Amino acid sequence: MYPAPSVILFTSLSGIGFGLLAWLGTGHPAVTYLTAFTFFFLAYGLAVGGLLASVFHLGNKINAFKAFSQWRSSWLSREGIMAVASLLVMAPYAIGEIFFGQQWPLFGWLGAAGAVTTVFTTSMIYTQMQTVPRWNSPLTPVLFLLYALGGGALLAGQTGVAMLLLIALGLVQALNWYLGDGAFAAAGHTLETATGMAGLGRMRLLEPPHSSPNYLMKEMVFVVGRKHVRKLRMISMVLLVLLPVLILLLAPAAHVLVGIAVLSHLAGVFVARWLFFAQAEHVVGLYYDMR
Amino acid sequence: MTNLPSATEKKLGLAIDLDTCVGCHACVISCKEWNTSNYGAPLSDVDAYGASPVGTFLNRVHTFEIKADNRPAQTLHFPKSCLHCEDAPCVTVCPTGASYKRTQDGIVLVNEDDCMGCGLCAWACPYGAREMDAEAGIMKKCTLCVDRIYNENIPEEDRVPSCVRTCPAGARHFGDFADPDSNVSRLSAERGGVELMAAQKTRPVNRYLPPRPKADVTGDGQIDIPNPFLEAKNQTAKGFLGWLDKALEKI
Ligand code: SF4
Ligand code: SF4
Ligand code: SF4
Repeated sequence: MYPAPSVILFTSLSGIGFGLLAWLGTGHPAVTYLTAFTFFFLAYGLAVGGLLASVFHLGNKINAFKAFSQWRSSWLSREGIMAVASLLVMAPYAIGEIFFGQQWPLFGWLGAAGAVTTVFTTSMIYTQMQTVPRWNSPLTPVLFLLYALGGGALLAGQTGVAMLLLIALGLVQALNWYLGDGAFAAAGHTLETATGMAGLGRMRLLEPPHSSPNYLMKEMVFVVGRKHVRKLRMISMVLLVLLPVLILLLAPAAHVLVGIAVLSHLAGVFVARWLFFAQAEHVVGLYYDMR
Repeated sequence: MTNLPSATEKKLGLAIDLDTCVGCHACVISCKEWNTSNYGAPLSDVDAYGASPVGTFLNRVHTFEIKADNRPAQTLHFPKSCLHCEDAPCVTVCPTGASYKRTQDGIVLVNEDDCMGCGLCAWACPYGAREMDAEAGIMKKCTLCVDRIYNENIPEEDRVPSCVRTCPAGARHFGDFADPDSNVSRLSAERGGVELMAAQKTRPVNRYLPPRPKADVTGDGQIDIPNPFLEAKNQTAKGFLGWLDKALEKI
C-alpha cells in the first residue's frame, strides 16, 4: 500500500496524542495550571494535528463532514465520531485542571475511555481489510493500542509504566513483522484464485491492461524500498524502543535526555508506520503480477 | 446508507466468457466513452499526450498465459469490471454513505454528491474495480450502465451495458442472476461459471466462464504448426494438382 505521508503523520501523531490524553484523563500525572496547559496543549495539538493531516488525504474535502454519518457499518465513520466526542468530553477536564486547579474525574475517565476507543477504531480501519492479509490480524489493534499508550506514557512522564509498555510494544511489533511476512501466503490468494482459473495450469501475466501505471497500482501496489526492510526494521526498533528505554532506565530525571528519548521514539514510530504501509500487500497486485 | 440490503429483488450482472474474449479492448473504450459523457463526473486522463499518461477506467482487460504440463501454452484475456458483490465490502467501509447497493437490482453505485474521496472503498475491493478520479477527486466505478439499461430514450437493443453492446465477440452477457432461467444463469450453469477470489467472501454476482478445453493437437507436447496441414494437402491432392504433384516429384 502506498505510504502516503499524510496518513503516516495522521496515524502516528493522533495515536500518540490520544494516548497522552488517556493518561492525563486518568490523572497520570495529575497536573494543574500552567503545567496542565502545557500537557493538554501538546495532547490536543497532536490529536487535532493528526486529524487535520488526514483531511489533506481526501480527494473531495468539502464532503468530509459527511464522514460522521455511517457509524452503523463504517469504522472510519466510527473513528471520526469517537475522535471528536472524546476531544469534547475531555475539554471540561482540561479546563478544570488548567483554570481551576481541580480534577473532575468523571470527564477525565470518560475522555480517557473515549481516547482509547478512538485508537481502537483507527486500528480497525486497517484490521478489517481482508484484501490486505498483513493487516487483517488481531495483532493490529493490539499494536496500535500499544503505540498510543506507550508513546503517551513516555510523553506523560510515566517512567516505569512507559518502559514496560515500550518493551511490550517492541515484542508485539517484532511478532507482527514475523507473522505478517507469511500472512499473504497463508491467506492463500494466488493469480489462479484471483482469476478463478485454478486447475487449468500455471498462470502468468502476459500483458498488463495498459502501458503506464494507474490509480490502483499507485495506491495499492507499492514495491519501492522493499529491499531495505531489514535495515529499516532495525532502525525503527532502536529508535522506537531501545534508545528510549535505555534513557529512561539510566537517566529518568535528565530532562534533555528524556526529550531525546521522546524524539527518538517519535522517529521510530514514523519509520515503523512507513513500513506498516509500504510492506502491506494488497490482493489486487495479483492481477498486475506485482505485490 | 452503507448497510447492505439483506436481499435484492434482482441480481443484475455480467457473465464474461473467457473462451470467446479476444482481448481487443473494445469494451474498455466503449465503457470509457459512455461513462465519461453520461452519468457523473467524467473519467479524466492526466498527461494524456505526455510521457506517462494516466486515466480513469471502469473496465480493464488483463492478458494472462496458462501453461499446463505437456500442453501448449494458452492465452487468456481477462476483462475486469465491478462484480456487484452481494457482500460488497466497498459499501460497508464507506464513511459518508456515498457507496450503496440498490435493493431493486443489486447494482453497487457511488453517489458522487456525498463522496469525500477517501479511497477506503478502493482498498476494500479485492478486484481493483474502483478508481479515484484524479481530476474530480471522487470515486468512480462500473455502474452496470444503469443509465442505459432502464433508458427509454434509446432504442431497445441498446438497453444493455455499453461493454456488452460493443463486444464484437459476444463475450459479455448481461442479465439477472436471481432468475435461474435467465440467459446468464443458464450460461453460467452450462459452462461452470466461477466466482473470483471466493475466499474473500464478497459473493460477487458476475460470473466468469472458463475457456473450453483445447483439442490436444499432438499428444506428445511438441507442436509443428505447418506440417500436419501440408501433409494432409499433399496426400489428398487429386486431379490437376495431383498430376502436378506427381510430375514435380519425378523431376
Ligand atoms: S467488485 Fe469491488 S467495487 Fe464492485 S461490489 Fe465488489 S467489492 Fe465493490
Ligand atoms: S472514496 Fe467516497 S465512496 Fe469511497 S469510501 Fe470514501 S467517501 Fe465512500
Ligand atoms: S457495465 Fe457499463 S460501466 Fe460497467 S464495465 Fe460495462 S460499460 Fe463499463
